[in-house]
Formats: sequence, structure tokens, C-alpha cells
Amino acid sequence: MKLTKILAAATLVSGLATAAVAEDPTKVGFVYVGPIGDGGWTYQHDQGRLAVEAAYGDKVETVYQENVPEGADAERVLTQMALSGADIIFTTSFGYMDPTNNVAAKFPDVKFEHATGYKREHDNVSTYDARFYEGRAILGTIAGHMTQSNKIGYIASFPIPEVIQGINSSFLHAQKVNPDVEMVVIWAYTWFDPAKEADAAKAMIEQGVDVILQHTDSTAPLAEAAKTPGVIGFGQASDMAEYKPSPRVASIIDEWSPYYVKRVGEVMDGTWENGHSWGGMAEGEVVIGEITAPVPADVKAEAEAMVAAITSGEYHPFTGPIFKQDGSVFLAEGEVATDLQLVQMDFYVQGITAEIPQ
Amino acid sequence: MIRLEKRPSPSRAWTIATPLVAVALTMVAGSILFMILGKDPFAAIKTIFYDPLFHPDFAAFSRPQLLVKAGPLILIAIGLSMGFKAGIWNIGAEGQYIIGALAGAAVGLALYPAESFLIYPAMVIAGALGGWAWAMIPAILRTKFRTNEILVSLLLVYVAENILASAAVGWLRNPEGGGFPGSRNLSKWASSANPELISGTGMHWGVVAAFIAVILAYVVMSRHLLGFQIQLAGQAPRAARFAGVNPSRLVVLCLGISGMLAGMAGLFEVTGPAGQISIDFNSGYGFTAIIVAFLGRLNPIGILLAGLLMALTYIGGELAQFMLGLPAAAIQAFQGMLLFFLLGVDVLSNYRIRIGTGKAA
Repeated sequence: MKLTKILAAATLVSGLATAAVAEDPTKVGFVYVGPIGDGGWTYQHDQGRLAVEAAYGDKVETVYQENVPEGADAERVLTQMALSGADIIFTTSFGYMDPTNNVAAKFPDVKFEHATGYKREHDNVSTYDARFYEGRAILGTIAGHMTQSNKIGYIASFPIPEVIQGINSSFLHAQKVNPDVEMVVIWAYTWFDPAKEADAAKAMIEQGVDVILQHTDSTAPLAEAAKTPGVIGFGQASDMAEYKPSPRVASIIDEWSPYYVKRVGEVMDGTWENGHSWGGMAEGEVVIGEITAPVPADVKAEAEAMVAAITSGEYHPFTGPIFKQDGSVFLAEGEVATDLQLVQMDFYVQGITAEIPQ
Repeated sequence: MIRLEKRPSPSRAWTIATPLVAVALTMVAGSILFMILGKDPFAAIKTIFYDPLFHPDFAAFSRPQLLVKAGPLILIAIGLSMGFKAGIWNIGAEGQYIIGALAGAAVGLALYPAESFLIYPAMVIAGALGGWAWAMIPAILRTKFRTNEILVSLLLVYVAENILASAAVGWLRNPEGGGFPGSRNLSKWASSANPELISGTGMHWGVVAAFIAVILAYVVMSRHLLGFQIQLAGQAPRAARFAGVNPSRLVVLCLGISGMLAGMAGLFEVTGPAGQISIDFNSGYGFTAIIVAFLGRLNPIGILLAGLLMALTYIGGELAQFMLGLPAAAIQAFQGMLLFFLLGVDVLSNYRIRIGTGKAA
């Protein structure tokens, strides 16, 4: 009897304590790999942070740390953020994968969200990514139509599945509208290095490339394209509107705001659960920026129709028949790639003559 | 009129006081910077210097982290200081740090998943040899072809960074990592792990090695013939030659020692705090150690203190960033001020300030 009373009292007290905690603003932390002024990857994540503030006002408090190296420092930064009372922390670069999981083990009450990774070793770790290959399909379509030399270029960062998806998706859709198209791929081995990216763009232009796609985050390739008449490119990660209307004729924008607002809301009402989120155009996470005047109206209409088809789920950019570079079948007629096939993609599709570096 | 008058010999009092004065001036100038950014300067200074040590929520975690952060800085700076004293400028410790980590990790990963207590020592030796070998390139180019070791060692950092990238995406990549860059996690494999030795202290083998290096360097520099030769070569190269110091041998020795220590620092880092070889594994320790070496006045004890102070500004700087919303660039500027004021105030230990119209010399 007495014991039940104590238990009841304890439950009541802990209930009150939870209620008291809920009165505090929910603290949301962000860890960035670059400066928030990079105009690309980190900038877009920070826009997501601001969207969370706008959505919840003084019910949330956001903190962030920029320029955090992807090594031992990340683990310390995460720990300090957790110690400072953060309720949920978004770690926004692939290299934070192990640090995120290590710190999550020590703070079971704090939620962790790791961008672009695949390790969820604890119940309080989620991963999230965006289906960039959907946007690449649009850019590939535009590239295939726009190239005069039938040579398009792709400045790639690292040979990981996400990047290879982008290369394949771009090439497949360029080839669909222009069977003679060839693709030059240059590996920059960096996410952000204006000098290296400019060199890659220069080398491509010298080889006769007149449409440049990029999976690196600086505006340097666009600046390089601007120097040569007839060469165009696309904004990457953010709109890169300062290069409108040409050389930037469209852009692929990472829009993290819907996901961040949703997940923070779930933490606030206690419905957050761990898992993997892979949103695309349908979720508003991959957005195509304004398609500018140098692109003919019919091409623009075709691109916009494809955006609509992908958004509605009517069309998947990896729909068979698709063959691997070596001629073997990847997807049979009408077959749609599974997410597992996509996240393990380590081969080029037929028609790309380059090789993936090993 | 204010004049500077050269002292016959550097003032002992000022030699000790300059770092303290430099820290004080940095706090003042930093406060002005933070004020311009619209932040409370007292809160900022307190967050940077006081909170990591005494804040009720953080201190238990941050204090041990000081050692984790200072360990590699001290280990590398000790090696660099010997060369700097002799006028041998190894600017490429960052590259030696990378190659040491790669060599050590490669030896360990070649033996994966064997369980043996011999694996870790073998990795440490490989790390030391890797760093040493990378430093031998500028050493031999200088002694045989009279190239400038500053340029060669610095440029080799960029070569090392590219080798690191190729290792992370290629030959050291985790075969079970789904094609993603990065090696296996060495800190999670018992044979190669460099764990916290005493829980809650941050002490790992790299910190132990740093302390041993401080003691050895102190003994060598003050008691051993090599220390005397290094000092002499730096202060009076001609006299050193007459005293029988072989300059080529000294170049090979000094670059070798600094490369070896930087390589070991890399190995301790990759097996402990960092855990794995990744594309951006190096985070500037090799360059920051140059600042630490000078901040510590190239003296082993000074370097120990300077390493801890530098670590404090890093950890406190991180706290200030997310607690007060200070931009990362402001923290870097603050750290830069520290070196700037140190070098500026340094004038006082070598020169006397004369006020008045003293006669022209």
C-alpha cells in the first residue's frame, strides 16, 4: 500500500518535472562543415535552421557551430552541444558519421540527426538525405538539349554512391534527348575548393565541353564558364542566382527546411522516432531553381513536365531498361530501381566511357 | 622621443613576462573585437578562458579535452622547436603528421583483425618512421642539393594531403563501408585502439608521449652535447662550424626528430580521438604547432604551457561560438592576435625603451 503511494507520488513528480522541462524552449543544435556564408551546402542548412526559428518562434532556441573539421573535433563539439542542453542536434556532413554515433551513445536523451550517412547504431540516431538524383535528371535533360558540341562535363567530388547516382542520372537523361552526347567526368576530391573546381572547369572547356554540371559547392565553375561565350552551367546546392541568366541556366537546390521543421516539431510533441529519411521533390527537399531565358521554351516546358512527373511519383529517374557500363542489365524494361540498389550504386551506366577511380 | 635601444643580452624578466603581457593584450584587443560584433566582451572572455575549466556543466568534460587537444600540439611543437633553435625550418609538420598516421594505420590494417598486444607498438613505430621518412625528403634535398627546406617541407604537405585522399577513397578504405570513403575505425578494434588510459582525464598514449617528449627535450637541450650544438648553430653558425658541428648532420637530425614526433602524433590521433583515416583527417595540428613552439619560446616547459593555452582557446572558442553565437572567424582572429602580440611584445626582451632626447648613436 505504502509502496504504491510512493510510486504514485513519484510518477506525479516526474510528470510535473517533464511538464516543467516542456516549458523550456526546445534547444536545437546544428554542426556545419563550412562557413554559413559558403553560398552552397552549409548556407542551405543554415537556411533550414532559420526556417525552424521562423516556424516555432520562442518555443525553440537554435545554436550552431560552423567550420567544424570532420574528425576528433567533431566529437568534442557534439559533446559540448549535448552538455549545453540541446534536445536535438543535426550534424550536416558525411564525415560526422562516427562522431555522431559515438556521442549519441553517451547522451541517450538527446536526439541526433546525421545528414547523408547510413550508420544508426543507437535508438536516438536518425539519418537523412535528399534524392538529388531526381534534380540531376532535370539538369541532364536541359544539358542534353543545350549542348552544341555534344560534350557535357561533370565535376565530381568523391566516388561515393550519392555522387555516382548524380552522374548516372544526368547522363541517362542527357542521352535520352540527345543520343550523341558524351560525358567528361573530372574528380575534384573535394566538396568545396574554388581553385580546384575552377581548374576542372577550365580543363573541360579546353576539351570542348560546353555544358558543365557540378557536384562541388563553389561558384568557381560558373565563374569559369562565364569567361567563355557559349558555355553554360548550373547552380549547385543553392540557387547561385548571381550568375543568372547565363552561364547559370538552372539550379538544383537543397531545401532542408521542411525536414528540419518537421523533425523539431516531432521532438516538441514527443513523437520523434529514429529511422532514415530520403526525401526528394515530392517532399520539397530537392528544388529546381528558375530556368532562365537562354533555355528555349520547349526545353523549359519539357523540364518542368519532368519535375511534375517526378513530384507526383509518376516517373522515377532510374526506370529500365538501363544497362551498366559493361553491357550487363541493371534494370529490365519498366523496372524501377529500389532504394537499396541506389544507395549501393558503384558503377557507371552504359555510354559513359570514363572509369570510376578505385 | 621614444627610441629602442638594443640590450646587450635579452632581459630575463621580460623573456618570462612577454607571454603573460601578450595574453593580457590579446584579451583587451579581443574584447574590443567582440564588442564591435555586438557581444558582451566579459562574457566572451569568460567563456573562452574560464568556462572550459570551471563551468558546472562543461568542465568535467572540457578539462580532460584540454589534454586531448594539447597532446599532439605539444608533441609536434617539441620536435619543431629543436630545429627552429638551430635555424632549420620545418614548416611541413602537417604533412609528416599525415604520413605518420597513414603508415601506422596501414601497418595496423594489414594485420586486421588479429588480436595481439604487439600490434599497437608496431603501429607507433611505423607512424614514427613514416613521419621521419617524409621529413627526410626536405632534409636530403637540402644537404645534397641545397634546396630550401621551408619550401620543400611546406609543399610536401599538399602532396601528403593528396595521398591521404587516395588512401581514404582507395587503398585504406573500409571494405565493409559500402563504398564510402574512410578506413575502418581503429579506435574500435582493441589491438589498434588508443583509449583513454585513466577514465575522465583525457590521458591517452599520445599525451603520455608528449609529456615524455617535454622531459627528454628539456634534458637534451640543457644537458646534452646535441642541445649545445643546436643552440650554437642557431646563434652563431660560423662559431658552430669551428666548434666541429657538422651542419648537414644537424639538418638530418633536427628534421628527422621533428618528422618522427609529428608522425607519432598523427598515429596517436588516428587510433584515438579521430579513430579512422578520412579524407579530411588532418585538422591543422602541424601548422598550429608552429605557433605553439614560438608561443612557448622554443623552450620545452614553455611549449607545454603554450600547448595547454592554445588548447584552451580552441575549446573555449568552440563554447563561445555556440553559447554566444560568435562567428568562427572571430575566434580565429582572436587566436591570431595571440601570436601577433607575442611577437610584438617580444621586442621588449631584446630592446629597452628609452624616452627622452638621448644623443644620436
